[in-house]
Formats: sequence, structure tokens, C-alpha cells
Amino acid sequence: MDIFSDPAYRAGFIWIIELTAASTVGALVLGVLLAAMRVSPVPVLRGFGAAWVNVFRNTPLTLIIFFCYFGLFAVLGFAPYPDSIEWNNFWLGVIGLSVYTAAFVCEAIRSGINTVPSGQAEAARAIGMSFFQTLTIIVLPQAGRAVVAPLGSIFIALSKNSTIVGTIGVMESSNAMKELINANGDRVILIFLIFAGTFAAVLIPTGYAFGWLANRLAVKR
Amino acid sequence: MSSNTDAVLYDHPGPRARIRNGVLTVLFGVVLLGLAYWIYLKFDEKGQWAAALWKPFTESSTWTDYILPGLWGTLSAAAVAMVLSLVFGIAFAVGRLSDHKWISYPAGAVVEFFRAVPLLLLIFFIFFGVPFLTLQPMSVFWALVIALTLYNGSVLAEAFRAGIRAVPRGQSEAGYAIGMRKSQVMKEILVPQAARAMLPVIVSQLVVLVKDTALGYIISYPELLQYGVNNVAANFGNVIQAAIVVAVIFIVVNSSLTALAGWLERRTRRGGRAPKGPQAPAPTGEVTAATI
Repeated sequence: MDIFSDPAYRAGFIWIIELTAASTVGALVLGVLLAAMRVSPVPVLRGFGAAWVNVFRNTPLTLIIFFCYFGLFAVLGFAPYPDSIEWNNFWLGVIGLSVYTAAFVCEAIRSGINTVPSGQAEAARAIGMSFFQTLTIIVLPQAGRAVVAPLGSIFIALSKNSTIVGTIGVMESSNAMKELINANGDRVILIFLIFAGTFAAVLIPTGYAFGWLANRLAVKR
Repeated sequence: MSSNTDAVLYDHPGPRARIRNGVLTVLFGVVLLGLAYWIYLKFDEKGQWAAALWKPFTESSTWTDYILPGLWGTLSAAAVAMVLSLVFGIAFAVGRLSDHKWISYPAGAVVEFFRAVPLLLLIFFIFFGVPFLTLQPMSVFWALVIALTLYNGSVLAEAFRAGIRAVPRGQSEAGYAIGMRKSQVMKEILVPQAARAMLPVIVSQLVVLVKDTALGYIISYPELLQYGVNNVAANFGNVIQAAIVVAVIFIVVNSSLTALAGWLERRTRRGGRAPKGPQAPAPTGEVTAATI
């Protein structure tokens, strides 16, 4: 099939993979930090975490990406990678995807913390561990195992959401498909099935893999 | 739930912990204020505090010409898509649970497929691709609504399926025992109980739907991002201010929906007739993940 070897098809999915990889790291780091803030004894930190989640979870990703480009970059002059327009837009997109997805990661991890029996943290406190030690040594490792499945769905959603970065001029898959459709009006269905099928062929097994992993890693209580 | 966790992860602060928390509060407060001041300075440097950029939002014409029509576009697309995705969701959930393989397999394939395809790809296919097949221009409204329905309907189908399977077996057995047919058991017994149990999930999916209508901006559907940010900024050159105002509107709309979901969840729990215990949907993790 010549569409598979089309440079637009290949470049599109390479952008998607790069966007997903970079934003996964950003969202995971930010999300864990936010979750730690939300359960910390310091009210200001809790408030900051809660505000972040409420603002970014309720704002459309399209608006956040739009703001990253037209607000952060065009008006405020923030350029994460000034040497190349394409990579600059890529990093602006990664910022938008990360701050948005971090809100969901935070809530997933917080719900995971709630699944850890209170006796675990009580025991940690009883042997004199600090809040930070209790969280990082005792609670988070157990919480992490409990949230493999939700985190999996979040990162699958993230990879689909990375198509939205196409709005600020990264030639990812959805833009590539649009171009191919406009150039080959006689093979519209085939083009769609190939692009959508690539996503489905990767993401459906990934979903099952996360489910399997979640079962394997679940803490048996 | 959170108060539960808070009490668990740290002791009631003693004198030393109180001092430490106080220091941390001040430190982080200073960092936050510093950040806010830095943003203020950056805005100032670029002249973003100029009254002319904020003033349009105090004038009624900005609201009646741009923001309210945009909000109407967003809410109407979301409302139509929600009704259609509920129908789609119930139909495909029931279809996937059918005993006939020739119904359940295709229904399962459709649901799995549309859950895995990015919404933007669907929108582009329907808006740019379908006109090549029908030889008629596609309406932006329907392109957006159909794509939203296929995606959110598939997500809802999975939610309904989980809900139907969570209804205790005795319920359908009792239905068969009094002579109901399979379709009657499904329609009269399983679906109503599942719908009730899944009400919070359904409402939070509505939040996703409202947010996703913003994708209509990309195909120039007259919604809030198009009218409230793009067109306002084109007239007044205030993209940041317009984006902030529109974000606040989205946050207010979606927070009210989330509050409604919370209220419904409490109500369902109080009613005590919805399926409970281990069969009930996981209250936090799953829901959070499903509604991104």
C-alpha cells in the first residue's frame, strides 16, 4: 500500500510518538508532584494542587494548546526552542499536553493513595517516619501499583490528544490525513481506515496490555 | 475521601511540625507570589494590562455579539451529541452483551475501534473526507456532533456494559422466573438499574463532551473558542484576555456539571437501591481515567 510509505503518513506518526513520549514524562513528573502536594500537611500546597486540577481538568485541551501558542509564544514571547519553528511548536504542544494531563495523573494517583489501607501509613508513622518518607517509601509504591490501569487509559488518551497539537502547525497524523484526503479524493475511506487503523492497531493492544499489567502488579489484599 | 487520607499520612502537628508547616507555607507562598509577580511583570512588559484589552469584556456588545453566540454553539452541539451518544451507548452496550455472535462481535468491534481513534481524526474524516463520497458539503455542526457521538457513545457503551454486568444475577433470574423474555429483562430490569448506577460516569462524560466541542474550532464551527477567543481577539487584539475569559466560562460550566455529578452520586447512594459493593463501578480511579 503506497500510503504506508507516504512521507506524510510516516512523519505524522513519528510526531505523535515524540509528542506522546515527551508529554508522558512531563505529565507523570508534574502529576506525582501535584498529588504529593494535594495530600501534604501544608494548606498552601494543597490549595495549589487543587486549583491546578480544577483549572486544567475543566478547560478544553484545544484552548490550552491555543493559549500556549498565541498567548505564551506569540504575545508573551516565550519560545522554548527558538531555532526551529517546528520544534518550537512541538515543545509548546508538549507544555500544553503536560499541564493538562498532569491534572488527570494527579487525580488518578490520589485515588490510588486512597486505596492504600490506613494501617500502612499508621505503621510508618509509628516507627517515626516523616510525611515525606511515609509518602515515598510506603504509600506511593503501593498506590502506583493500584493505578496502573487508570494511568494506562490516561496515557492512551494522551497519545490520541496529541493530534490536537496539529492546530499549532505540527504536521502530525490528523493533519497528514487531511492533506492526503484533499490530494486523493478518490481514496478517502482507504486513507481514513489506514490512519485510524494504525491508531487502533497500536492502542487497543496497549489497553489490554495495561489491563494485564494492572492485574499482575495489583497488591493482593 | 481526601480528609481521610490527610489524617492518615501525617499526625496532628505538634509544636515542631506546626513551625515547619508554617515555614513551608511562607516559603511556598513567597515562591507563588514571586511567580505571580513575574507573570505580572511579563504581562506589563508586553502591555497586557492595558485597559483597552480588558475593556471589551465590560461592554454588552462583546457578550451579545461573540461570547453568548459562541456559548450557545458549544452548548447546543454538546446537548445534541449527548442525547445521541446516550442512545448509541445503550444500543451498543446491549448489542455487545447479546447472545448472538453476529450482533455482539460487530458491536464490540465498533466500540473498540471508535474508542481508539483520536476524535480529531474522526472530525477531519467526516468534515473533509465524507463530502468526497456524498458529493455534498458537510455541515460543520453535524460533522462535530457525529464525531462526538461516535467517540463518546463508544465510551458510554463500555460504561453501560460494565453497569449492566454489575447488576446482581438474581435480578435477571427473577425476571426470567416471572416469564419475561430476554429483551424485556434487558429493557425493564437491567438497563434502568445500570443507568442509575452509572449516572455519575455519564454526567462526567458530559464534561468531556463539552470540552471536546472546542475541537469544532479547528473546522470553524461557531463555538466558544472560535467566537469568544478567535473573533474577539481579531477585533480587539486581546488574545490572552479573551482566552482567560473563555477558560473561566468553560471552568464554570464544567464545574457545575461536576458538582451535579457529585450530587447525583450522593443521591444514588442514599437511595440504596442501586447495585452496591464490589460490583459497583470503582468510585475514583476508573472514573477519572475514563473521563479525560
